Amino acid sequence: MIKRLSQCIREYKKDAILSPVYVLVESLLDVAIPFVMADLIDKGIDAGNMGMILRYGAILVGFALVALLFGALAGRSCARATAGFARNLRHDMFHHLQVYSFSNIDKFSAPGLVTRLTTDVNNVQNAFMMIIRTLIRCPAMLIFAMVMSFRINKDIAAIFLAVIPVLGIGLYLIIRRVHPVFTRVFKTYDALNGVVQENLSGIRVVKNFVREEHEIEKFDGISGKIYKDFSLAERIMSLNNPLMQSCIYACMILVSWLGAKQIVIGTMSTGNLMSFFTYIMQILSSLMMLSMVFVMITMSRTSAERIVEVLEEQSDITNGPDPVYEVKNGSIVFRDVSFSYAKRPDKEVLYNIDLEIASGQTIGIIGGTGSSKSSLVQLIPRLYDVTAGSVLVGGVDVRDYDLNTLRQNVAMVLQKNTLFSGTIKENLRWGNPDASDEELVRVCRLAQADEFIRSFPDGYDTYIEQGGTNVSGGQKQRLCIARALLRRPKILILDDSTSAVDTKTDALIGKAFREEIPDTTKIIIAQRISSVKDADQIIVMDNGSIHGRGTHEELLESNEIYREVYYSQQKGGLEG
Amino acid sequence: MRPGPKSFRGGKQAKDAKGTMKRLMRYIVGPNKLRLAVVFLLLLISTAASVSASLFLKTLIDDYIAPLIGQAQPDFAPLLRILTVMACIYLAGILASFLQTRLIIPVAQGTLKTIRDDMFSHMQTLPIRYFDTHTHGNVMSYYTNDTDTLRQMIGQSLPNAISSLISITAVFFAMLTTSVWLTLLMFIFIGLMLLVVKNVGGRSSQYFVKQQQSLGKVNGFIEEMIGGQKVVKVFCHERQNEKDFDKLNDEFCEVSGKANTYANIMMPIMGNLGHLQYVLVAIVGGLLALLGAPNLTLTGIHAMTLGGIASFLQLSRSFTMPIGQVSQQINSVVMALAGAERIFELLDEPSEEDHGEVTLVNAREENGRLVEADHHTGLWAWKKPLPDGGYELIQQHGDVRMKDVDFAYEEGKPVLHDITLYAEAGQKVAFVGATGAGKTTITNLINRFYDIDDGKIRYDGININKIKKSDLRRSLGVVLQDVNLFTGTVMDNIRYGRLDATDEECIAAAKLANAHDFITRLPEGYQTVLSGGGSSLSQGQRQLLSIARAAVADPPVMILDEATSSIDTRTEAIVQRGMDRLMHGRTVFVIAHRLSTVQNADVIMVLEHGRIIERGTHEMLIAEKGKYYQLYTGAFELAAGNEVT
Repeated sequence: MIKRLSQCIREYKKDAILSPVYVLVESLLDVAIPFVMADLIDKGIDAGNMGMILRYGAILVGFALVALLFGALAGRSCARATAGFARNLRHDMFHHLQVYSFSNIDKFSAPGLVTRLTTDVNNVQNAFMMIIRTLIRCPAMLIFAMVMSFRINKDIAAIFLAVIPVLGIGLYLIIRRVHPVFTRVFKTYDALNGVVQENLSGIRVVKNFVREEHEIEKFDGISGKIYKDFSLAERIMSLNNPLMQSCIYACMILVSWLGAKQIVIGTMSTGNLMSFFTYIMQILSSLMMLSMVFVMITMSRTSAERIVEVLEEQSDITNGPDPVYEVKNGSIVFRDVSFSYAKRPDKEVLYNIDLEIASGQTIGIIGGTGSSKSSLVQLIPRLYDVTAGSVLVGGVDVRDYDLNTLRQNVAMVLQKNTLFSGTIKENLRWGNPDASDEELVRVCRLAQADEFIRSFPDGYDTYIEQGGTNVSGGQKQRLCIARALLRRPKILILDDSTSAVDTKTDALIGKAFREEIPDTTKIIIAQRISSVKDADQIIVMDNGSIHGRGTHEELLESNEIYREVYYSQQKGGLEG
Repeated sequence: MRPGPKSFRGGKQAKDAKGTMKRLMRYIVGPNKLRLAVVFLLLLISTAASVSASLFLKTLIDDYIAPLIGQAQPDFAPLLRILTVMACIYLAGILASFLQTRLIIPVAQGTLKTIRDDMFSHMQTLPIRYFDTHTHGNVMSYYTNDTDTLRQMIGQSLPNAISSLISITAVFFAMLTTSVWLTLLMFIFIGLMLLVVKNVGGRSSQYFVKQQQSLGKVNGFIEEMIGGQKVVKVFCHERQNEKDFDKLNDEFCEVSGKANTYANIMMPIMGNLGHLQYVLVAIVGGLLALLGAPNLTLTGIHAMTLGGIASFLQLSRSFTMPIGQVSQQINSVVMALAGAERIFELLDEPSEEDHGEVTLVNAREENGRLVEADHHTGLWAWKKPLPDGGYELIQQHGDVRMKDVDFAYEEGKPVLHDITLYAEAGQKVAFVGATGAGKTTITNLINRFYDIDDGKIRYDGININKIKKSDLRRSLGVVLQDVNLFTGTVMDNIRYGRLDATDEECIAAAKLANAHDFITRLPEGYQTVLSGGGSSLSQGQRQLLSIARAAVADPPVMILDEATSSIDTRTEAIVQRGMDRLMHGRTVFVIAHRLSTVQNADVIMVLEHGRIIERGTHEMLIAEKGKYYQLYTGAFELAAGNEVT
């Protein structure tokens, strides 16, 4: 875990190493300065020697200036190293997220990923700062003070040897107990984020059903749990301080008692005793700092684990060796395909699918809710991998393509689509960042979006809110189609993407497709027969398998489901 | 439309740090006065113990060890006694600091909980408009980053600062008893220190505010892109996405690096200024002593002694050390203030206004008169308070009328013009029209998500502004095109419509919506846990659930906004039967693209550019051969093009 995380230091390695070195110099001066101060009093003030005062004063000022310099240097490189480390962590996570497959994303929930990239990174960053600030300083001070105290008096210094293990074991026990609590706290944080997020996106439902109270109760439950768990964690951690203080004070009393005896016997001077006290403070305060680092590390261990989980998650859809970089044409073949989602491997969503689609054909797919229409088409751009059988595009197995190449050529308009905050232009250019304005207008005309876009006061520069809440459902769908068209794909898949578009516009889109992009293979999943009626081939899906296929007329003749759907849609029209 | 880039607000320069601090203090101190008083007392004890620990050494050596030196039979009893006393003092200090940390935990965590709860409760009262104009990631940042900044401040910085202040005060008096002149000199130096704090601290706080702001942006981006990750994949937009993210991330790294640099150099500056001051005091003190200048102390005027200066110098170290510690806490306080300010910004967002007094009650008929009932009777009445203190019951029929309604989301950009319509009780009113014609907007006015600019809306003859919003909405069932489900079981999601519905009622509603079949095919049936907004279900299945949810609510008036657009028509035909049962005897507003869905409506309104251009029954509109006819025949023509007749 540590290895993986430390890979993220990269270009900040210099700062990460220099920072403790600066700190070391600064802390050595920190140790030295009190001795100079003591000398200034002893030899200067007490002796009433103005020359000595000035001399030690000058040394002190010199030391202080050097300490200031190194302190400032340490502060800067430490800030740089930690901010940079956090930046790299976020960078790596976000970049790694981009290679996730759909099933990877399904595994970590979206709010879970958000916390991992924000709160967790924050915690690890704080711990990292503590580590580079104290990692060298504390052990160095500890060893320095130990060596000095053993040189003064072995018997008394032995007290430290007794006290330090007690402290160590105590700290270990505390950390061991608190770790699982923190793990729980972070899970609850995810849940809290989840509730807030659901509430935000479902606020209309909440308000319509007057469920504000219910939502508040739900939130209170979770925030109460955070309160409880976090308090528990802090209660355990609050043992830390008394443990430290007991050790310090016990040392002081024992040293006083044993020291006094030795002084009286004459084996030690009072000055030595004074120094001993200084060392006690130094040893124990560096131990205290170390324990604080441990606490921080404990708190962030859970976070670090969660980050590494994201970083080490292997995408289950990756390029094979020697990938193909060219899609020859838009033909599609399904060979004995079956498919089930990773979450529920026992349930076959698709089975025995055999299908051949020639390049440039228009294919309609009709089927009831839950008949796996979407699952079928998601296999074509390899959003999921087949469980058995194979899918061929342009005569090549989709698993043999370079993923980017494949997806560049297979444009898909998802059923649950998303627009992003930004202008219409920016949203459209997702399809092709280099598209000219004319090109934008062209695809918008094709998708029948140009007209309504122009009716907005800001036209193509109209700002779309997150999730596209400020355009209607039908407008959103048409923008999404335009965005996909901008890719100039060899295969275009519309997954129920015109459901909110009125029939007339829908027909215009169909017409534009036929006339303007005849060479593109078009797969249209629809509820309305009218959307697919003119297709070269219509596939009727039922319960994960192909129930019938053929042209509109053929299916009307032969397929019972198709006929039923057709008449249910025609009834109004014909009898009206 | 509502354009305008405004997404990220907040994180401006802390405008009113004092006001924010005061308000935050009310949160912290308010419910915890007694507890905090005890904490303060305990802090006094533990600080006293640590101060006495640092002063103990001198006494130990001078009074207890030195006299024993050289004695043949040294008496260790007094030493043992004083050590026992000290042990007791230490023990008291340890105990006090332990109790104090324990006691502060509920204060810190409790305050955080109260703030979170307050934010969430308040958020529930905000108008829809607020949610239209704020990104989710930024709102979520209030609950995570901004609240987190408070944790450290309340739990650690405040107690530390208080204990430092206590030692500063104690040492201050000790210094005054030693020398007033030197204390004054110290003050000049402290002024210098404060100047540094203000300068460096001010700069660092400026960057900290920027840091929180930048963090909000990073989080907003992460939230939006992770939410839309599937679209990102489909469009191979990964590279561009990474580039955009890197830009924000680098920006954040830079401000955060600067903020922390200033924060980190604060300590060495303060510490070493302390050393300079030490030297200065030594020199000035030494000069005064050598010149034999009279020394003013709290206890009177004495001669300045060398011993006095030595102990003053010792004291001055105990004085500047806590000042350094306090200045270290400044960062966390500044960050917490930036966070608190954002939080208060959310809490200060004006709530939805509701001046309604008319409520919806269960009623029953008694001797031909309406009487309020205390249980569900299926009969509802509006309870309208009268000026004389009594009230009047008006039976709820579901008669909705709009007269000359104008509405604009943004001033000067009207969306609806002169909308006049009557929906008599039990009628089915349909809206058709091109996307963006204003259909959904009309329904948003009926449930008062937005308030009209001009005109009247009457519900059973009552001005809807006079009806309590919650009761108004309770009387309206809504099924929307975008279905939002909540984490929980399928049963929980249906029960969302009416929390006291029994399992049987929920199942009956699911059957009515034709959702029962697919639910029973789920692995755990009604107990299947849905997460991520029901992402494991298809859009159509989600829509069926939302219909079941509305069905279990059993409201007198229904609004169906493209409720069946994602259901295949075959299933829709079946759902339609259930819906017809659901709609029976209710006033229903239907928005649909499929004209087949609306043909049996009592009245169809055709909307264009925010105006009703045609209205009437299906037959009337067909006969009129207007826009509706065009739409209809458009569909008809398409559908029948290859029809063999």
